[in-house]
Amino acid sequence: MRSAVIVFPGSNCDRDVAVALEKVTGQKPHMVWHGDAALPKTDLIVLPGGFSYGDYLRSGAMASHSPIMREVIKKAKAGTPTLGICNGFQVLTEAHLLPGVLMRNAGLKFLCRDVWLKVEATDSLFTKAYRKGDVIRVPIAHGEGNYFADDETMKRLEDEALVAFRYTDASGNETAEGNPNGSRGNVAGIFNETRTILGMMPHPERMLEPAHSGTDGRRLFEGLLQSLH
Amino acid sequence: MKAKVFVTLKPGVLDPQGKAIQHALASLSFEGVEDVRQGKFFEVELEASSEKEAREKLDAMCRQLLANTVIENYAVELE
Repeated sequence: MRSAVIVFPGSNCDRDVAVALEKVTGQKPHMVWHGDAALPKTDLIVLPGGFSYGDYLRSGAMASHSPIMREVIKKAKAGTPTLGICNGFQVLTEAHLLPGVLMRNAGLKFLCRDVWLKVEATDSLFTKAYRKGDVIRVPIAHGEGNYFADDETMKRLEDEALVAFRYTDASGNETAEGNPNGSRGNVAGIFNETRTILGMMPHPERMLEPAHSGTDGRRLFEGLLQSLH
Repeated sequence: MKAKVFVTLKPGVLDPQGKAIQHALASLSFEGVEDVRQGKFFEVELEASSEKEAREKLDAMCRQLLANTVIENYAVELE
């Protein structure tokens, strides 16, 4: 399985996700600089976490207009599986590849801790190695992860089962206490209509092996490997 | 031509920063502050042959970059 990790100025999880991809797939990902105009042949595009362009204007706003993004948008729209983690999710919304926006956390604080997520949909190449309803523990590290979309968009996400992960408490209940940032509908990650694009605020690449204190993120990469070989 | 662009949160979109500023004003003894909404302000200098052209350009800039129209409104003033 070939993968390409896009590196923006200010990305800081590009190496983490590259290590995760290599450990699970056995293949080193291509690291692609934001100023490049072309993508290598790839089965998966990854937009990593970080603070691309220093979060100037809005998180992900500047990155969504960088030269490589023209190619990423074209490929993602044509069906190349695309994963955006944290800042990558913000870039995907700013590029209009996913609906909604990630606003300042409701509590205004940057949050860096483990959260509980419920796996809502397993019929995707990203989540197929999980079981529906699995409650997993994965870290977040963001100041702007408060998912917002208008009523119509929220209804569409629910009706078409495009919510991939939701914040819950440790028992899998969608409580306000389990929602770290005020996201509407406790949304932690969503798909596009074809489920070939996934954006999520939590960091599965940081929960890959026992030294990370857990391995709940690993199955996301294993699912991708099963799907894309 | 000089333009001022104001980007504000749409009504109904929660603004926790505005709320925090409101509380800070109250703690500084400014009484009667009923609400604060935080927004962005841009000064843009641009070349345009007419006011109409300038407005069209600025409108496109707002839609494509300066504002996120999912949550923000924008207004343009030409000097």
